[in-house]
Amino acid sequence: MDDRPTPSSTRDTIPNQYAIPWSVAFQVSWAGLRRRIFRSLITMLGVVLAIALLTYMMVTDDITHRLVSLNLDDLNLRLQKAGVDIFSASRVDRMTILLIVLSLITCLVGIINAMLMAVTERIREIGTLKCLGALDSFIVKSYFIESSLQGFLGTLLGMIIGLVVAILVATLHYGRYPVAHFPWPETLGSLLIAAAIGIVLSIVASIAPAYWAARKEPVEAMRVEE
Amino acid sequence: MKANDFIVQVRSVSKIYRRGEEEVHALRDVTLNIVRGEYVSIMGPSGSGKSTLFNMIGGLDTPTSGSVLIDGYRISELSPSQLAWVRCHRIGFVFQSFNLIPTMTALENVAIARIFAGVPPAQARRDAAETLERVGLGHRLHHLPSQVSGGQQQRIAIARALVNKPSIILADEPTGNLDLHTGEEIINLIGEMKATLGITIITATHDMKMLSASDVVFWIKDGQLERSARKGEIKIEIGTIDGKTLA
Repeated sequence: MDDRPTPSSTRDTIPNQYAIPWSVAFQVSWAGLRRRIFRSLITMLGVVLAIALLTYMMVTDDITHRLVSLNLDDLNLRLQKAGVDIFSASRVDRMTILLIVLSLITCLVGIINAMLMAVTERIREIGTLKCLGALDSFIVKSYFIESSLQGFLGTLLGMIIGLVVAILVATLHYGRYPVAHFPWPETLGSLLIAAAIGIVLSIVASIAPAYWAARKEPVEAMRVEE
Repeated sequence: MKANDFIVQVRSVSKIYRRGEEEVHALRDVTLNIVRGEYVSIMGPSGSGKSTLFNMIGGLDTPTSGSVLIDGYRISELSPSQLAWVRCHRIGFVFQSFNLIPTMTALENVAIARIFAGVPPAQARRDAAETLERVGLGHRLHHLPSQVSGGQQQRIAIARALVNKPSIILADEPTGNLDLHTGEEIINLIGEMKATLGITIITATHDMKMLSASDVVFWIKDGQLERSARKGEIKIEIGTIDGKTLA
């Protein structure tokens, strides 16, 4: 038997694996998200609720301030009945801020938890993809895209819900005034803040699960669980 | 026989795992060669080291000492990216539990392997459809894995393993989750791939039907190569193989 030594140039003769571009990873993640829509919606729910609360608080505050600034007798009466201190200059009180911050932290932990669960559930899937030649970077990309897409969609949905509820509740309390004197510029500002917080939150929450997913070994694909 | 006729060379490979304080010798000084284009079965009870050996041949695990060469490449010398390239282009994996991505259709499951090879998505889908056609699933392209039978799922997995034209198919108990008849069909299909495409087939199995299709059988016991036998040397009798009682 010719026990010829192997070429020492092994390292040079095998090319590096092709790295999947973001656009292809996006297509793959988007398709997965759509087919797992029910599961994704539950993950999204945490973001939706937190951002809805944030948007609701801020928009309600915008509306109340506009109404206070109108300084109409009939309206002032209603405002006081609704518990608004029309003489106070401070906008949002401390308790409200605390509540919002707590809800945002809950939301952050919620996304991370849901995504870590998703990674655990799909350990074999990740292993299989690696057996097929997926690089760590593809796994990071696809999980990052999946998680942040859920965050973005959740943020959008939460903003819409928060805005609609804020307008409905204000109309309930103050009749036609909120719609007639709607504080457009302030509300737009509030929505932008909510969007920014939602997006930053989703991205921050996506990083850890994505890297955790990429660390899974291809040999996990072989494990048989009955 | 020349060394480059061997597609896989396992040279005095040992593997030691640490389980707490205890050292587990999964493999002890195993040496074996696998000839290009042959159908090879690795047999052994669970805990024999069979899976460890199998994973090393697939480049999924590295030896503690000794070396594993795939197609002449020493796998322990490769970077993670090169290893991914080898898995993608040289090896097709087939699993006991099929391991299809549940959210992808048959076509997408096969196309993803092609995409990993750097083929543009549209071309990847065309290649995938062609390969699925070849394994007899041309009419199931847009079904999800959950919508087809176990045998058909394994056919999708075989198409996925074939789509990048590998030189080796590594099949881990490919018939383990299938009934007798379907298992036979899958063995025939794998045998056909060997015959028509010249692909080397390496399976870990304890399926008797698989043994009769094999050119070579390696028996692993307690981390050692107990014996090997070529086709024709294996006596199969009811209840025993080559005088060994079936466990």
